[in-house]
Formats: sequence, C-alpha cells, structure tokens
Amino acid sequence: MNILVCISIVPDTTSKIKFTQDQKKFDINGIQFIINPNDEFGLTRAIWLQQKHQANVDIVTVGLSSCEPILRKCLAIGANKAIRIDTDPLDGFAVAKELKELCSKEKYDLIIGGRESIDYNGGMVPGMLAQMLQMPFVTNCISLEVKDDFVITKREIDGGIETTSCSLPLVIAGQKGLVEETDLIIPNMRGIMQARQKPLEVIPSIKSVSKSEIHKFEELPPKKSVKLVDKDNIDQLIELLHSEAKVI
Amino acid sequence: MSVLVYAENQSGKFKKSTYEVVSYAREVADKLKQKLIADSINSKETNLLSNYGPDKIIEYNNPLLNDFTLQNYSSIISDCAKSECASLVVLSSTADSKYLAPSLSVNLDAGLASNVVSIPESFSPLTIRRSCFTNKAFNLTILKSETNIICVSNNSYGVKENKSKAEIISKKIAVNQDKIKIESKNKSSGAISIADADIVVSGGRGLKGPENWYLVENLASALGAAMACSKPVSDMGWRPHSEHVGQTGKPVASNLYIAIGISGAIQHLAGINASKVKVVINNDPEAPFFKAADYGIVGDAFDVVPKLTETLKAFKSS
Ligand SMILES: Cc1cc2nc3c(=O)[nH]c(=O)nc-3n(C[C@H](O)[C@H](O)[C@H](O)COP(=O)(O)OP(=O)(O)OC[C@H]3O[C@@H](n4cnc5c(N)ncnc54)[C@H](O)[C@@H]3O)c2cc1C
Repeated sequence: MNILVCISIVPDTTSKIKFTQDQKKFDINGIQFIINPNDEFGLTRAIWLQQKHQANVDIVTVGLSSCEPILRKCLAIGANKAIRIDTDPLDGFAVAKELKELCSKEKYDLIIGGRESIDYNGGMVPGMLAQMLQMPFVTNCISLEVKDDFVITKREIDGGIETTSCSLPLVIAGQKGLVEETDLIIPNMRGIMQARQKPLEVIPSIKSVSKSEIHKFEELPPKKSVKLVDKDNIDQLIELLHSEAKVI
Repeated sequence: MSVLVYAENQSGKFKKSTYEVVSYAREVADKLKQKLIADSINSKETNLLSNYGPDKIIEYNNPLLNDFTLQNYSSIISDCAKSECASLVVLSSTADSKYLAPSLSVNLDAGLASNVVSIPESFSPLTIRRSCFTNKAFNLTILKSETNIICVSNNSYGVKENKSKAEIISKKIAVNQDKIKIESKNKSSGAISIADADIVVSGGRGLKGPENWYLVENLASALGAAMACSKPVSDMGWRPHSEHVGQTGKPVASNLYIAIGISGAIQHLAGINASKVKVVINNDPEAPFFKAADYGIVGDAFDVVPKLTETLKAFKSS
C-alpha cells in the first residue's frame, strides 16, 4: 500500500498571534512551528499501517525551504520519504492543485490530510484534492481500518458518528481519534539519525493560481474585564445573564 | 445571476442554522440585487423556508437521498448552481455542509471561504470577514472567481424572519450509488449536539473525575444545553472525544458558554472564543479563564454548581 500524508506546518498552539505593521502578513518573529495537530494524528495512523501492512509512507508539504526541519521531523517519526513542492502556498485551492499534480504522477492508495489547519482553518485542501482526483473522500475522520483494499472509516457528524465503507483509493481528512494523543510518536535518537539519510525531494511547483487572497488581518478587539459575582449571590449571575447578556 | 443557499435538514427537519443561512443569504441577495434560490433535499417541511425570504425553492426528492452522501449531494447542488447561474453559494457550517464545500468548489471552479462571520464587507471585489488562527484573529479575504462559495459560522448572523411568496419547484432526481457506503449511524439520542446548541456547559479537570459529571449534566439539562469538556478530560477517558472542545477539538460558537473547573489554557480558549458570552466557575482567582470570560464566580464547583442549577430551575419555572 502506498500512502501519502499531506502536512501543513503551523505556529505552535501557544503562539501569540501578531501581524506585520501593514496587517498584510502573519508575523513569524519568535514563532515556533509544528506539524499541524490534525495532520500529526494522520501521520501516526499511517506509520501504524506501515508497521502492520508494510505500507510505504510519503509525506508532502507545499512550502518554502523553511519547512524542511519539520519534514525531517516527520521522517524521524517514521515516514519513508519527504516531498516538498517548492512554492509559497497561496490558498487552499492552489495547494490542492499542486498536490493533484503530484498524485496524478505517483499512484497513492490512501491520501491522508487533516480536518483543518489550525492557522488559516480553511478545512478545504483534502476535500478539493479528492474531488480533483475523483476519489472518494471522508472528512472529520476518527477511525480508519484497512483490510486488503477495503476500508472502514468513522466520521464525526453533528451529534454522532457515521460508519462507512469503501474500496481504496481513498482520501481522508483526519483528526484526534484516528490515534489517541498518547499514541503520537516522539522521535528518538535512532529515528533522528535515520531521518538524515532518508530522501527529501524538492519538486518544482506548477504555479497553480489561487482563487482567493487575504487582503488584511485583524487582531481581536480588546476584551472588557470580567464581572465577578460572589459565590453566595448566584441570583445576581442569573439576573445578569437574563437582563444584561440576554442569553437565558 | 443569483444567490443559491443550501437549506440542509436533518431527518427531514430544518435546523436553526439553516434558517440562519437563508436569512443571511437573503440580505446578501438584496445587496447584490439578485434572486435568492434555496435548494432543499428530501425535506418534509420545505414550505417553512419561505419564512426567511427565498424567491424560489427547488426541492429534490428521492428516498435514496435520505442519508447525506458527498457525491450525490455535491452534484445536485453544483448542477443547480450552474443552471441558476449562481454568483454566490451560501452554506452553513454544519459537519455536512463543510464536507460539501470543497467538492462544490472544484465542481464549480469557485473560490471558497469557510468560517465567515458577517455580511460581506464589499461586493466588488467580493470581500468577506472570516475567523482564523482558531478564533485568535480575523482576516478579510477577497474571493476572485466568477462563482464563489462561503460557509457562514453558526450563530454569527442570527435568524431573521422575512416572509416571501416563494415558488416551490419539485424535481425528481436520479441517484447513483455512492462510492462510499454508509454502514451505520450512531446518534446520541435526545442529547443536544455542540454544533447546534445555543448554550454549552463544559467541564474540566477541576471536576476531579467522571463520577462528578452529574454536576455538568444537571446544569446542562436545566438550561437545555449541550455538554462539552477540556482536552485532558477526554484524553483520560472521563468523557467521549466528541465532547472535547478547543483548538484541537470541536469549535464552539454558542450564545452562552459556561466553563466549570477549566483553567483557560490558550488552546482551550482558542476553540471557544467565538461564543458570545462566557461564564467561568473556578476556585482559583488567578485562573487565566477569568481574563477571557464575561462573568465569573470564584468558588468551589462542588458548592457553586448545584446552587446555580437549583436557582436556574427556580428562575425558569417562575
Ligand atoms: C498541541 C496542544 C493542543 C491542545 N488542544 C487543546 C484543546 O483543543 N482543548 C483543550 O481544552 N485543551 C487543549 N490543550 C491542553 C491545554 O493546554 C490545557 O492543558 C487544558 O485545556 C487544561 O484542561 P483543564 O482546564 O481541564 O485542566 P487544568 O489546567 O488542570 O485546570 C483545572 C482547573 O480547575 C480548577 N479547579 C480545581 N478544582 C476545582 C474546584 N473544586 N472547583 C472549581 N475549579 C476547580 C483549577 O483551579 C484549574 O484552573 C492542548 C495542548 C496542546 C499542547
């Protein structure tokens, strides 16, 4: 089985979000970057399939050379090969187009992305890629079991879970549940050493065009300070929620 | 040219989020001076949509469409968008609508923006405000295609009645076997889902163990609220993953969010920040949640929450 995991590289979850003076760009000064958490669950699931079914696991990102340390980390976690499509990602559509080009050349049975990236929260790349490739697609995927070329998946729906089946090839957008938090693989020394020898291919972009562009960022408006209510005066809280906030 | 809104239903019934997007799309269509068309698939109450202003409702019926499947739903809505010359397709932010959007975008060669939080800032070029960095910021995005698609965040616009004399057109539709087969659906019966809830009551590690969740349950049931929890609570198996909210869990955009025994870590706050009013109950006055909340009580949850539940019940019955 040939698996591709699409990795988005995002600011660490504790990052203070700031923008450049002209509000046009995210200010990366002092920001640590990580594997997008939703993608990391998918990567770990892929490594399990590698261990159990001798699957090949490639990872790919669309991005500039600054992404490479994170790609090496994915190799240290266990991926066989890393691919970087050499361009600054413009929007979800342009990224999906770049990935489609790769997937039409290399045949993947299973393509794993994340439900959304925690920076732009677009939630669109895996679904667009699936549609461009005319492959079936499961989003919000919280479980994936493969038997030969038959797959059982679970998808989180509003207020429940839907279990579906289909044959490979398949694209999923994963999230926690694919594996648990405690299953995430922290690279060990051996993994880190091996990662240095593994291939990291840089391929040129097809210069796909975007369908959207960010005009400007806005920080959140400053927050009013909290109104504290005495714990022995619950009536007051209810009064505030009813008459002032008008939510009950 | 027209605006097309997808009026999603669950088991034939419309949800509040559907009325919200139809209301939203009405205002946008007025601003664009275009007709508003609503698509409805296998609804038992299509006529109710005319309370929210569409000019035309197209309903599709086929028992094979009772369950949402991506390929069939996506081709119905894309075909309609093409034949009605839609300039804008408006969707809600339910699980199924967000599942549909990327596929529609490819079919229609359309720009797509999710998490849209208000009426467009401008129409030429089409510029929308959306939340990003998991509710830690907003951006203004320009959509550049001839047809564009937006997913409107729940509770960002509200439901606005606007009675119209919509013509209803029924269409029979052929359905293909989807490549993905639905084996089963498990819905927690009766429980309100986080996505649909006006009020969410959420518990953290401060509740000490799963045996104490009756505190959250009782308060939630007094309020008709959905239940949620912090990440460690679901990681430890005290509560199901489906209740985990925050940056790596479900987003919450309710009118009222009540946090009990949750410290207010940045990753938690990111996911719930879009809620309009936040209340925190925590025994540590230094807990970061107090900086993010609108109302707070410094106190022991085991003492405060039962009192709050009782007082609320009394308030509701008065
Ligand atoms: C990559 C990453 C992603 C993450 N994503 C998420 C996410 O999506 N969602 C999320 O929630 N977290 C997330 N976290 C975890 C987050 O950093 C916090 O660890 C977590 O939110 C803490 O949960 P908590 O508030 O329940 O527990 P704690 O931080 O332990 O807080 C418990 C609180 O309860 C209070 N308390 C104790 N006893 C009582 C009592 N008797 N009465 C009242 N109050 C009491 C304490 O004062 C304390 O403030 C993420 C972390 C990382 C690194």
